[in-house]
Amino acid sequence: MKPRPFDYVRPDTVGEAVAILAEHGDEARVLAGGQTLLAMLNLRVVEPAVLVDITRIAELDAIHEVDGKIEVGAAVTQNKLMAWPGLGQTLPLLAAALPFVGHFQTRNKGTVCGSIAHADPASELPLSLAVLEGEVMLRSRKGMRVLAAREFQQGMLTTAREGDELITAVRFPIVKGGVAFREVARRHGDFAIVGVAALAESKDSIRLGVAGMAERPAVSRIDARDAAAIRDAVEHLAWELEGYEDIHATARMRRDLLRRLGTVVAVEAKRCAA
Amino acid sequence: MRRVSKNERVKIGLTLNGRKLSGEAEPRMLLSDFVRHVLGATGTHVGCEHGVCGCCTVMLDGTAVRSCLTLAVQAEGRAVTTVESLAAGDGKLNALQQAFQKHHALQCGFCTPGILMSFTDFLQRNPNPSEAEVVDVLSGHLCRCTGYAGIVAAVLEASNATQQKQD
Repeated sequence: MKPRPFDYVRPDTVGEAVAILAEHGDEARVLAGGQTLLAMLNLRVVEPAVLVDITRIAELDAIHEVDGKIEVGAAVTQNKLMAWPGLGQTLPLLAAALPFVGHFQTRNKGTVCGSIAHADPASELPLSLAVLEGEVMLRSRKGMRVLAAREFQQGMLTTAREGDELITAVRFPIVKGGVAFREVARRHGDFAIVGVAALAESKDSIRLGVAGMAERPAVSRIDARDAAAIRDAVEHLAWELEGYEDIHATARMRRDLLRRLGTVVAVEAKRCAA
Repeated sequence: MRRVSKNERVKIGLTLNGRKLSGEAEPRMLLSDFVRHVLGATGTHVGCEHGVCGCCTVMLDGTAVRSCLTLAVQAEGRAVTTVESLAAGDGKLNALQQAFQKHHALQCGFCTPGILMSFTDFLQRNPNPSEAEVVDVLSGHLCRCTGYAGIVAAVLEASNATQQKQD
């Protein structure tokens, strides 16, 4: 199918983009990579009056290190971050997770911030941001808001972004410790059924993030003294999160995937830290 | 700042396979339809129109993208490269196309233009890929008749051929 008609605006600066959003609010949609939004427009799942294309705003196409965090601008594509030379050193979790985001062809255009803005509960980048306890930077005419990942992503495809706000960047903290990432999907590059990311903070404690089990990524600190403690913690987590049923998997299958993936990922992160 | 109202048809200029061309489009026109129906380059195929099948893959400023997930107006002033660019002027197929022919990497050929453009981009960045890397890139395409083994063999041969030429 083809999209319904919409006005197209392509601002050259963040100031112009924010002014358009102030004028149109929820009637407008921000277009970055468009790898989900264009599909939704073609299927007529969304019908905005105005499309604000931010892909040619040069100031948004940058990756910087700021105060111990890596700031990724809203026009930076997933493949650009994947090819960024500092990635393996500063954000090894992202280096592990990015190859699972869509396909080579969609990563060429899809953006890091766009994926986080879309807030799919099974998606890799919102999960990584949540586990690393990163932040989302929002600009409007009123000024800048900085929200923690858990404040930003509120539920299924729902975020704290107001209609007049533009996500200008996300910030991933540079953290020390072992990391690991795994997911199960029907086919590599498809939407994950369950994804798990881990950060080993110390010998005894692991930050474990789970996607695809609830309305948004769930992050908890688990006791990781030994294999038995990890297994117990993951078992507890599976029952606590419950999972849900859709065409891909039952809640029971999701819990089972979490038990298997969760234990393996936690052990991997711990080994990687050692 | 570029502004186009809905239902307004504006002139969009871009470079298609090295030639500067222009045509008219509304904001909602997809790049895939613009290339085929307005510019008349029908080598690019349209399958699912929501980014899953990969048939419509073209190169935009040298990187492989879905043309059904790109608006024509977004390609304004940029370089679009399609399957028509691959063969030489006299019709001689390039190394990648010849390898596809040799390994029976196509049957009906509907998905082939997109696959060729994905690997044209990929082999430029990664001239000597492993089989696993080729399979990973191919996961962004659907082929419903030939299967994938011939395609993987063709890409690996084309990459080796390119490699030997450089040596």
